[in-house]
Amino acid sequence: MVNYLIKRIIMLFPLLLGITLITFTVIHLAPGEPVEMQTAMSPKVSAASRARLREFYGLDKPLHVQYLRWLGHLAHLDFGRSFAPDNRPVTDKIVERIPITLKLNVIALILEFGLAIPIGILAAVHRDSLLDRGISVFVFVGFAVPTFWLALLCMYIFGVKYSLLPISGLHSLGYERLSAFGRFWDFTKHLILPISIATFGSLAGLSRYMRSTMLEVLSQDYITTARAKGLRERVVIYKHALKNALLPVITLLGFSLPGLIGGSVIFETIFAIPGMGQLFYQGVMARDYPLVMGILVIGACLTLVGNLLADVCYAVADPRIRHGRG
Amino acid sequence: MTLRRLFTLLLVALQLSACGQGASEQKPLSRPKGGAPAYGDALITGSIGEPNTLIPLLASDTSSHEVAGLVYNGLVRYDKNLKLEGDLARSWEVSRDGLTITFHLRPGVKWHDGKDFTSNDVLYTYRVTVDPKTPTAYSEDFKQVKKAEALDRYTFRVTYEKPFAPALASWGIAILPAHLLEGKDITKSPLARSPIGTGPYIFKEWVPGQKLSLEANPAYWEGRPYLDRFVYRIIPDNSTMYMELKAGGIDTMGLSPVQYQRQTNTPEFLARFNKYRYPASAYTYLGYNLRLPLFKDRRVRQAISHAINKEEIIQGVLLGMGQIAHGPYKPGTWAYKPQVADPEYDPAKAQQLLKEAGFVMGSDGILVKDGKPFSFTIMTNQGNDQRMKCAQIIQRRLKRVGIDVKIRVMEWASFLTNFIDKGKFEAVLLGWTIGQDPDLYDVWHSSKTEPKELNFIGFKNAEVDRLLIEGRGTFDQEKRKRCYWGIQDILAQEQPYTFLYVPDALPAVASRFQGIEPAPAGIMHNLIKWYVPKAEQKN
Repeated sequence: MVNYLIKRIIMLFPLLLGITLITFTVIHLAPGEPVEMQTAMSPKVSAASRARLREFYGLDKPLHVQYLRWLGHLAHLDFGRSFAPDNRPVTDKIVERIPITLKLNVIALILEFGLAIPIGILAAVHRDSLLDRGISVFVFVGFAVPTFWLALLCMYIFGVKYSLLPISGLHSLGYERLSAFGRFWDFTKHLILPISIATFGSLAGLSRYMRSTMLEVLSQDYITTARAKGLRERVVIYKHALKNALLPVITLLGFSLPGLIGGSVIFETIFAIPGMGQLFYQGVMARDYPLVMGILVIGACLTLVGNLLADVCYAVADPRIRHGRG
Repeated sequence: MTLRRLFTLLLVALQLSACGQGASEQKPLSRPKGGAPAYGDALITGSIGEPNTLIPLLASDTSSHEVAGLVYNGLVRYDKNLKLEGDLARSWEVSRDGLTITFHLRPGVKWHDGKDFTSNDVLYTYRVTVDPKTPTAYSEDFKQVKKAEALDRYTFRVTYEKPFAPALASWGIAILPAHLLEGKDITKSPLARSPIGTGPYIFKEWVPGQKLSLEANPAYWEGRPYLDRFVYRIIPDNSTMYMELKAGGIDTMGLSPVQYQRQTNTPEFLARFNKYRYPASAYTYLGYNLRLPLFKDRRVRQAISHAINKEEIIQGVLLGMGQIAHGPYKPGTWAYKPQVADPEYDPAKAQQLLKEAGFVMGSDGILVKDGKPFSFTIMTNQGNDQRMKCAQIIQRRLKRVGIDVKIRVMEWASFLTNFIDKGKFEAVLLGWTIGQDPDLYDVWHSSKTEPKELNFIGFKNAEVDRLLIEGRGTFDQEKRKRCYWGIQDILAQEQPYTFLYVPDALPAVASRFQGIEPAPAGIMHNLIKWYVPKAEQKN
């Protein structure tokens, strides 16, 4: 087990290096440069000042030099300074946006798993019943409805028409003057719409997955045996079947780790939530290389760690993998 | 307000902003409410974009300039009628030969941290602007300066190599505090996130991605602003912003034509908001690549202009919220020549001109010359719905006279790098903002046709070149007017662009705000005089 782990961890480093090399190349292959984004179509910029800007950002150096330089900084955990006119450290820009993204995603993830798993089990146990069909319709509606449309509709109903919930942003004006509980309540109210809509949209995938693994397990011989020996249906399902059906879900949980710091651009834009999705999108549009690379590296690390965790959990749960057989 | 720099390409749909100005047309549709001016309340405004940096010298986006414009002052500014007036400079003199400008600064003005504002600050601002190490887009005008000197504490003099008319307006640049920046690296200055200026509002806080708050400057030299706070909320989606407006989360925003015309005429909305309408400082055009043989022929360009129904575009795209553009200036400003003889909508004339140019109608309804069908592609940038619709309307009209048009929409960066810069386009549908100073050297002079320069369509006309140089070389407005009117006549004849329309800015402001005075400069010019009567104060 320890050997397996060490092997996997050592493998992470060349993988990460490969990822940075590829992303660095790809982002530089995209037409346009940060300097151009800032100066294009502006009559008051001469070729000389453009060249100066390029030099300022180090864009005049050959690509491999730029890459090695960037890699050198990364070795010291320094993502460099943003190429946007504010020229702030990339770390600052990411750090100020991670908490809210993380909060939203963790809550949404908990809700998603907390709802989708029971829904999936319910649908599997009552297979082909009216309940199963109703659930299918419900989750697929969530999946099919465009988020932005649903979001706008809910904003209109709950925000404009009945003034029950705030429409966008994270805090009301005058938030600073509220009591601790008032602040908490204000913040919660702002999160209700975005989180419920995000969760509603993501129920379909996981619950369907849960349903199908559950059905697969339920059709296996040992379940028949369990039933034959007279166990109560409850015990059969929740003790014997569920344990095995949950195994593949662990993998999904591992895969959702990098998703925790990612955000949806459309979603964040509509709800005016200053999250990572917007930051990344703006970074790409402005060709802000250090920012884009910074976010990608963090994302890549989390993906790798997530996969590793999933594998480890699997290995713990499944001896066949642990001992390298099967 | 910070002077809007000339011609920054108009990317986003127009918002209520400092750049909106022009012939005024007010439409206060709700009953005016009474009440004496009173201090208090806050104006909450929404913005699609977040400012990048609050050091205006380093900023190139509208949001940054909007906020920084309330925190800083320039030496001069445009008044509500778009005439230059003193701001931090009480007065100025231009020497007889037009080479020297002497500014007399306003004494007693203080920075928000309590230090005195002096000529040293102006000198520093000039020096840092032309410093090669400063990554700024605004140094060109100041490179014409031969000598800048602070004669005494409140006198500042600049000398130019040759008379340069846009020079005076260029001193509308935000003056930066020397005592906080001198000897430091401006790109790493904390002022970018918490500015200290001389303006009517003092910076208070910036919650990244959410909002910026400013507070009234009680010691402002023009008098304390009535509104105690100015909050700039970042709401990246227009529909969300509109709902925030209706729910009372923001007090003002620029409406889209659909919102203005179709969604805000309910009695409820009109009671709560005043709507304003005035021409924005921008125009949209169809530009031709004049290096291509197809568009070298003036008759072809004229024919296309004749075939396009601009009125129909304004109705279809803007729901009538705009006016026909005849040239590169804003209707109602002194540089704008009324009644230029540009091609009117006349498909028959278009067909005749094309016939003269050697095109014959093919069997499939497409014109043919030398065996080649008349077909070209209009390119425009992604994310601008109005331009897309505009291109489609043009496509349909040109089809009727036998021209086959294809439309290609592209992401901005790729569009510029792969097509505009390389001259690899046939026609483009884009827009320019219209600067307050009418100098158009960079867009129309024949020396500006290199890659990355703004005369990317390759327009070369000796007479226009001459008039452009003459126009920027004199401070005499009458002489300048003659030059720019001449240029408009030539452009109307030549049709290097088909000038399409000047859209209207359509701000809505909560009706509790009083003292708003629509003028050619828009409505934001007298923000410090806006007030809410005591009884109606909300925040």
